[in-house]
Amino acid sequence: MEFHQLTLKELQKGLSNKDFSSVELTSHFIKRVQNSELNAFITVTDELALVQAKKADSIIASGKMNDLTGIPYAHKDIFCTEGVKTSAGSKILDPFISPYDATVSEKLNDSHAVMLGKANMDELAMGSGNENSFYGPVKNPWDLSKVPGGSSGGSAAAVAAKLTPFSTGTDTGGSIRQPASLCGITGLKPTYGRVSRYGMIAYASSLDQAGPMTQTAEDAAIVLKTIAGFDKRDSTSADKTVPDYEKSLNNSLEGLKIGIPKEYFSEGLDDGVKQNILDAIKEFESLGATLKEVSLPHAKFAIPAYYIIAPCECSSNLSRLDGVRYGYRCESPKDLSDLYIRSRSEGFGDEVKRRIMIGSFALSAGYYDAYYLKALKSRRLISNDFQEVFKEVDVIMGPVSPTTAWDIGSKKDPVSNYLSDIYTLSVNLAGLPAMSIPAGISDNMPVGLHIIGNYWTEERLLNIAHQFQNQTDWHKKSPKGID
Amino acid sequence: MSLDNKEVSQIAYLSRLQVEESSLESITADLNNILNLVEQLSELDTDSVEPMAHPIKMTQRLREDVVTETDQSESFQSIAPKTGKSHYLVPTVIE
Repeated sequence: MEFHQLTLKELQKGLSNKDFSSVELTSHFIKRVQNSELNAFITVTDELALVQAKKADSIIASGKMNDLTGIPYAHKDIFCTEGVKTSAGSKILDPFISPYDATVSEKLNDSHAVMLGKANMDELAMGSGNENSFYGPVKNPWDLSKVPGGSSGGSAAAVAAKLTPFSTGTDTGGSIRQPASLCGITGLKPTYGRVSRYGMIAYASSLDQAGPMTQTAEDAAIVLKTIAGFDKRDSTSADKTVPDYEKSLNNSLEGLKIGIPKEYFSEGLDDGVKQNILDAIKEFESLGATLKEVSLPHAKFAIPAYYIIAPCECSSNLSRLDGVRYGYRCESPKDLSDLYIRSRSEGFGDEVKRRIMIGSFALSAGYYDAYYLKALKSRRLISNDFQEVFKEVDVIMGPVSPTTAWDIGSKKDPVSNYLSDIYTLSVNLAGLPAMSIPAGISDNMPVGLHIIGNYWTEERLLNIAHQFQNQTDWHKKSPKGID
Repeated sequence: MSLDNKEVSQIAYLSRLQVEESSLESITADLNNILNLVEQLSELDTDSVEPMAHPIKMTQRLREDVVTETDQSESFQSIAPKTGKSHYLVPTVIE
């Protein structure tokens, strides 16, 4: 067995038994990253990784190993990393070397995980195909002509191509779950407030949440345990104890009530994807679960509500990128206004500009009530739907994405991209935890099953996903040429 | 609701963005497509619905009024495009 064929859990065992060192492990993955043509990384931190690996080996030798000590990972380029470029996939932050660590980065450093580099992503986390990156699109390892999904496309492609045992991701409208689905890996978006947002470059602050991207649910449990927890530097971080997510992985699913929202199986859903999802859900019956059709009547309004709320928040958040304190500044500005306008116009890509403008418009005098306030009220209705359903069932299951990965360059108009987020957006609007796990192959491309839980039920979601993975081998399927 | 080119130029200015004359038409069309999409919300009766600005019920935490940050201006300014005498420099605003 080569290192990259092992799960994080298996690598953890090997390191702890001293079967191999973190330096050996890290060198192996660095080589894979350097030979890869996926464009999954914006920055490869090979030298730093070897320094961190040596340090990890000395920690292991001293017997003070943590869960992730010595384990390499790809860090989405949205997390600030002290002394390392943090671009968020944007030209405007291309010169930005962060002077501090995000809390997630700090927690990974404290556990002596080894950062292989910063993963490629849609610019400032806006996109569903990773085609909006200033550093170029990422390729899907299952088919190099297809997108990996987005915005955490580099993170997902890197795990799927086994360039890293795990990645970090962030999810504002599906950006962990959708690329996980399109690349055939496991991704978890925790409850809003579970993982600190401090030092995570903000897109839409009431929706953003970080989470793990891994091969298996067991691996996701290990990573989440490390990165979750209260942080006084994030005022929306929840002051709640972090459970040992690994402990309950083997709990029985006997009596589990699964809700199947009829709105998630209507028009627009690809037939192949639909069949895969229905087959996967059936698998849970043999594990002791019962299925029940439920309804989320406001499901379709998630798209319009999100595409008001997220742009409003981003137009406000991104006003800080102005060419004054950090990041890109245009050449020879003639006055202050010219400095702002040209730095931003030259620094931002088209999709970011569109969302900023929609947000500025929806928040402007005379339109605020009709757009922003209306969207916030609709958000309440969407969220209430979930609470009604959770009175009857424990979790909700359905597809993550209406189709498998599409061809790079095939979706030119913004609205057609937005429509592909139909099943994921409502979860962010409500702030719920949800996962995508590999559940089938359609037309040679992977399909992800969406498991949505009520607030703070990550432990149960991971348990459900782990039991499914004990029973099936979809999560063990690899792209052609990657074994 | 449909925006014309002039309104889009004004929105761009409010956003401190520049729209090239040559791409104004296509940006106006894109923005109008997005506004058409969000128009769907008008189907919903939301008169008695409380707006939801945030997913989790929580109140703003307060902390002790003590100094928690040390002076890091040098480190922060070392990554700025242009500084001088501990200030961020921009083109002259007042002659």
